[in-house]
Amino acid sequence: MEWLNIVIRTTFLENMVLAYFLGMCSYLAISRQISAAFGLGLAVIFVETLTVPLNWVLKKYFLDPGALAWLHPAFAQVDVSFLTFLVYIATIASAVQLVEMVVERFFPALYNALGIFLPLITVNCAILGASLFMNERDYTFGESVAFGFGAGLGFFLAIVLLASIRYKIRYSHVVAPLRGLGIAFILTALLGIAFLSFAGIQL
Amino acid sequence: MGEVAAAPRKKVSFRQYLTHLTEPVQRMNPITVQILGICSALAVTVKLKPALFMAGAVLFVLVFSNFLISLLRNTIPHRIRMIVELVVISFFVILVDEVLRAFAYDVSKQLSVFVGLIITNCIIMGRLEAFAMGNKPLPSILDGIGNALGYGIILIMIAVVRELLGSGTLLGWQVIPASWYELGYINNGLMVLPPSALLVLGTIVWLHRAWNKQLIDVS
Repeated sequence: MEWLNIVIRTTFLENMVLAYFLGMCSYLAISRQISAAFGLGLAVIFVETLTVPLNWVLKKYFLDPGALAWLHPAFAQVDVSFLTFLVYIATIASAVQLVEMVVERFFPALYNALGIFLPLITVNCAILGASLFMNERDYTFGESVAFGFGAGLGFFLAIVLLASIRYKIRYSHVVAPLRGLGIAFILTALLGIAFLSFAGIQL
Repeated sequence: MGEVAAAPRKKVSFRQYLTHLTEPVQRMNPITVQILGICSALAVTVKLKPALFMAGAVLFVLVFSNFLISLLRNTIPHRIRMIVELVVISFFVILVDEVLRAFAYDVSKQLSVFVGLIITNCIIMGRLEAFAMGNKPLPSILDGIGNALGYGIILIMIAVVRELLGSGTLLGWQVIPASWYELGYINNGLMVLPPSALLVLGTIVWLHRAWNKQLIDVS
C-alpha cells in the first residue's frame, strides 16, 4: 500500500513535468506528434524504473558515508558522496546505452518504436531528477522502484496529454506571436493547475 | 592562456566577437527561442535570491565547460564525445555544489536537486555540441557568457514578477507598502504555485515574438 501511495503521489501530485518542470526540453519538442510522444513516454517509464533502483544500490553500497565498509573495515571512514552527480549520470548514460543494445538485439519491434528516443533520454532532466530526488528522500529499495515507475508514468501522462491537446488545437486561431512555443507553455500551465486539484490524495 | 590560444590567424573584427555575446541575449535567446534549459530553470524562480544564484551557477559552469571543451575539441574522439562532455560538465557542477554548500548553505538547501540538474541542462550540452566543439576558445568563452546571460535574464524576469506579485517582496525586502494591504490589496497566491512560472514565461515569449516579428512560428 505504501508503494501504491508513492506511485500515485509521484504520478499525479508531484508530477515530474507539471510540478517540477523536469524534462521540459524534450517534453516541448516531442509533443508535436502523438505517436512520438507515446514512444518517448514509454521509453522514459522503462529507463526510470531501471535507473532509480540502480542508483539506489550504488548510493547504498558506494556513495553513502561509510558505505564502503562491506569491502573492508578500513574503508568505513571513507566518504565519497561528492561523486554523487558523476556516478548517477554515468549510470544513466551507460544504462541507456545497454538498454538500447539489448532491445535492439532481442526486441526489434520495440526497438523500432523506441529507437530514436533512447539516446535522447540520457540528457532528459526528468531521469537525473528522479535519481536526485531519490537521493534526497531516503527511500528503501522497494520504494525507489515505485518512485521510479511513478515518475516515469507521470512524464508519460503529461507528454501524451499535451500532444493530444496540441493536436486538437491545430485549427484554432491562436494569436500569431503566441503560436508554437508560447501556447505550449500556457497549455502546460493550465494542465499543471488542473493537476493541482489532486492535492491531498492519500491512500 | 585564452589570449594565446585565441590569437586569430584570420583577422576577426572586434564587432564579430561582440555578436557572440549579444546574439544569445536577445535574438537567439536560449530559453525563448532555442527552447533549451527550461528544465531546471522554472522551479527556482519563486524568489529572486535562488534565481540569482542559479543564474550565477549556470554562468560559471557554461563558461568554463565551453572553454575546456573548446581547448580539447581536436583530441576528443567523435564517438565518445557525449560522455566526455558530461564528465567535464559534472566536474564543474560538483565544484559549484561544494562551494554553495560551504558558503551559502541556505540557498543550497533551497535549490536542492536543481544544482545537480545543471548537468542535464540542455543549454550547456547544446552549446558544447553546437559551438565549443567547432570554435576557438575565446569565441567559446564569449558564447558561454552570452548564453548564460540570456538564460539569467529570463530567469530574473520571471523571479521578479513572481516574488513581487506572490509575496510582495524583492530579495526578501518588503516592496509593496503595508498601507496597500490595509486598503484591501492581497498577494496573488497563484504566483507562488509552480504553474505560474509557465504562465509568466509564456507571456514573455509572446511579448518577445510580438516585438521580433521574424521569430513567429509559421508552422
